[in-house]
Amino acid sequence: MATVYETVIGLEVHVELATETKMFCGCPTAFGAPPNTQVCPVCLGLPGSLPVPNARAIAYALKAALALECEIDPECRWDRKNYHYPDLPKGYQITQYARPLARSGHLRFSITETNGDTVDREVRIRRLHMEEDTGKSTHEGLPGTSTGVDLNRAGVPLIEIVSEPDIRTPEEARVYLQALRTLLLYTGVSDVKMEEGSLRCDANVSVRPVGEDTLGVLVEIKNMNSFRSVQRALEFEVNRQVDLLQSGGRIVRETRHWDDRREITFSSRSKEEAHDYRYFPEPDLGPCDLTPAFVEQTRQSLPELPTAKCQRYISLGLSGYDASVLAMDPPLASFFDAMLRAGGAPRESAALLTVELLGRLNATGIAIHDPACRVTPSALAELQKLVADGTINGKIAKEVLDEMVQTGATARTVVENRGLRQVSDEGAILEAVRSVLTANPVEVADYRDGKEKLFGFLVGQVMKATRGKANPALVNAVLRRELQGRSE
Amino acid sequence: MLTKEQVRQVAALARVRASDDELTGYVAELGRILDHVARLQEVDTEGMPPTSRALEQRGILREDMPQVPLLRETVLANAPDERHGMFLVPRVVEE
Amino acid sequence: MELYESTVHGLQTRLAAGELSAEELAEAVLERIDHVEEDIHSFVYRRLREEVLAEARAVDASRMRGDALGPLAGIPIALKDNLNTRGLPTTCASAILEGYIAPYDATVVESLAQQQAVVIGKTNMDEFAMGSSTEHSAYHPTRNPWDVGRVPGGSSGGSAAAVAAGEAIAALGSDTGGSIRQPASFCGIVGLKPTYGRVSRYGLVAFASSLDQIGPLTRDVRDAAIVLGAIAGHDRRDATSNPGEVPDYLAGIESGCRGLRLGVPRQLLGEGVAAEVRSAVLAALDLLTELGADIEECSLPTLPHALDAYYVIAPAEASSNLARYDGVRFGHRTRGSQSYREMFERTRAEGFGPEVRRRIMLGTYALSAGYYDQYYGKAQQVRTRICREFELAFERYTALVSPTAPTTAFRFGERMADPLQMYVNDICTVPVNLAGLPAISLPCGFHDGLPIGLQIIGRPMDEATILTLAHAYEQAADLGRRRPPLSRVPMGNDREE
Repeated sequence: MATVYETVIGLEVHVELATETKMFCGCPTAFGAPPNTQVCPVCLGLPGSLPVPNARAIAYALKAALALECEIDPECRWDRKNYHYPDLPKGYQITQYARPLARSGHLRFSITETNGDTVDREVRIRRLHMEEDTGKSTHEGLPGTSTGVDLNRAGVPLIEIVSEPDIRTPEEARVYLQALRTLLLYTGVSDVKMEEGSLRCDANVSVRPVGEDTLGVLVEIKNMNSFRSVQRALEFEVNRQVDLLQSGGRIVRETRHWDDRREITFSSRSKEEAHDYRYFPEPDLGPCDLTPAFVEQTRQSLPELPTAKCQRYISLGLSGYDASVLAMDPPLASFFDAMLRAGGAPRESAALLTVELLGRLNATGIAIHDPACRVTPSALAELQKLVADGTINGKIAKEVLDEMVQTGATARTVVENRGLRQVSDEGAILEAVRSVLTANPVEVADYRDGKEKLFGFLVGQVMKATRGKANPALVNAVLRRELQGRSE
Repeated sequence: MLTKEQVRQVAALARVRASDDELTGYVAELGRILDHVARLQEVDTEGMPPTSRALEQRGILREDMPQVPLLRETVLANAPDERHGMFLVPRVVEE
Repeated sequence: MELYESTVHGLQTRLAAGELSAEELAEAVLERIDHVEEDIHSFVYRRLREEVLAEARAVDASRMRGDALGPLAGIPIALKDNLNTRGLPTTCASAILEGYIAPYDATVVESLAQQQAVVIGKTNMDEFAMGSSTEHSAYHPTRNPWDVGRVPGGSSGGSAAAVAAGEAIAALGSDTGGSIRQPASFCGIVGLKPTYGRVSRYGLVAFASSLDQIGPLTRDVRDAAIVLGAIAGHDRRDATSNPGEVPDYLAGIESGCRGLRLGVPRQLLGEGVAAEVRSAVLAALDLLTELGADIEECSLPTLPHALDAYYVIAPAEASSNLARYDGVRFGHRTRGSQSYREMFERTRAEGFGPEVRRRIMLGTYALSAGYYDQYYGKAQQVRTRICREFELAFERYTALVSPTAPTTAFRFGERMADPLQMYVNDICTVPVNLAGLPAISLPCGFHDGLPIGLQIIGRPMDEATILTLAHAYEQAADLGRRRPPLSRVPMGNDREE
């Protein structure tokens, strides 16, 4: 019988912090500027220049660390990591090696299984530290044997978040990364865009026979540029490793790159011996104290985070699935919370938002936080309340929403202008019922002969006669009474 | 004892090209200096924390306020080779 | 006395009184340079005569307008070539920075410009400040004005020789292990290394970041106080710069040394110190006693290991600081390479001199995997011990006194063959850098026509006390009138008595 293998994955995630300026100098950090236009003596590594840390970058890193429930080092210290590459101007990267800003955190998220159940997962965070980004090298449009170096990105503040090897499937790796992205979006410390490189992910992958305690040979995977490619690359790599082991091969400790087009990982054939980073304390920077008061103040400044939000939604009566869908999408959650503040009932508001409004917006390609979305949370909450208090019925509500999406009018305005108020006047309904019964003698006779499903047809006719505005419950009651009454 | 192979590795790590003769020279020179500084081992430093800077300034930070960057013309004026606003270097060969 | 031989404070009095213009002063110094530079070679770059004179005239104009001028206004000053100067070459006397024009000014250069000092040029040094003789310059050696067959000391040898030879009224240097004090000692002038963090390092090309400090080289102690006052202070661009207020260093400079308790570390006056140096220092101690100081021998037992710690720590930091010289963004690049790595390695092999390469190798080794604890880690612990011994000594003593260098200036080539022979020159000065303390060197005698330097080490941030002590000694010893035996500039208005 073939051995069953277990996958062990740890992720190293780099996140660019959304500061105005770089980690150690005042250069702007805007994405996409022409090459070498956002540089100064410090980030160019010119002789004699010195780094001075950006206070906001430290505050942001701390915020992220607290969101990940990490233990915070009371002192923030810096080290140099020495290596050589043309896009590393000083020949060393200022980072935190011996004492990362934070350790021992957790990221909680839920994963939906194939049977539709959601399972709660927790991945431990080994460490979170700050460092500066490198520049970018390019070959495009340059003579064949040359590399071009743009240092605009050099010195942009990064946090590196290293997980424990707690992830067991490629899908889980993707969901972890998405959950991490959501969490950081909530904190506001980064725009976490994988396509712009403000969120980058490397993975350490190994496989081992189920039941084995020791880790298999680690392979590092780089160059995964989307959530999808993280999952695809890891699926490929796990299969490659298992196939290799099953065919009697050995796994080599190496770094492999993901090729998104060919959908394979390939060895970058780098000599591992070359990596001796000679870390030592950065002599140009003193420590900075993260006082308990500052840490506490930062903790207080954190918004409600996804896990807590999800729990709150469930306590309000939402399903686990709905709660998670809302909580994992910050703009959606913020819309929903605004609906609640405007007095919307939780379950009905969630349905109106996720099914009705999102359905309409998705059809037109508009995002919920887009200015082109003309429906405000309070307007949608009002629509929900109009249904709840019987002013309109559910069917009319959909019609009203159509117009709200198109014109931005409030629910009440649409209802009043178009006279869509629900008819609950029993006299008016009785009149409509009687004329329907009179107009459909055959159906009435058949119903009385036992074709009970014709009741629905008759309801429909009454609704049609009232142009959909009749209170459906009242229609049912009156119709039933009338049908019975006439039979006597 | 410092070996020639160690010296070769250090030269590679430090990115200083050295001929075989130069490497031999380093073995002797560096070896003598290292023998001298090895006297550090005579000092009792039990329980001594390391000092990386004698008089440490704490908590010196910068506000997140943008400064005007250098003009690209100035940035590239000292560059040995440049093209399309970028520093140009011979191709990086993965080793 | 010739203008070019005068002190900052002496000249400033005459400038302020209108007896002298900054232009005349600049002319005199430029003429002196023309006359002796061929023999001394203090400079690696001299600013154009017209630029210098134009700046001097601007100071005169400013004075005519009645602007409030500082004590350095119109004073010709030389800068060590590891201080960045916008628009001028900054080479650190290295081939690897050949042709490099810095796009920014060091903070101290900005300060001097604000004070309207007149920068006349960049002075020679040991390449990247690594050396004690200025022989490790990629350009040329600088000669000692007292004996042109001898070295001026180093690494700020160009600055020291310029001041001693009358080619500048004052100069700035940098001191990582004695590089201001030792050349000051060899050239018979005053050199002050301030407390680590007292003067901004922004724009000083780093050798060993935790040890480097910028300081003045001057003709007398009062001038040292004036120049320090002009360059000291907090700088937001240097995170290791001290935010404390800068005192008026002249305020108490006349207050003498009566009642001050001074310690003489036994370890800095023992084996390895030449007899003539020892006796000059002992005579200086007698004079200080006469002046009312209370002098005792003391012991800092770990000092003999300071040199070992220094020659691990400084190269380790240097190996990292010098990684940026890669031929990518500035400076020299070796052409014709097939790959980035080849270009990088060949550029460095060609661009760095042998001493710099040696120290990069040494430092890389000391930080490398498997050796860090044995070398770098251990050296940092020994450094802690040295710091603590100084702290303890300063509980009892106001200042410590020692020779600056164990010998007088040596001959060219004498120590080049053996790096260790060169390194032992620094035994009295390196402990001070390891502990970040302020120290001053001033002349305390001559032997065979060569100056001997006295070192006074102070408590952290207490430059004022060592300046006061040094000033008291200087006034009493009265050695300052002695000038190097160089030819005089033949001028009509020769004021020499």
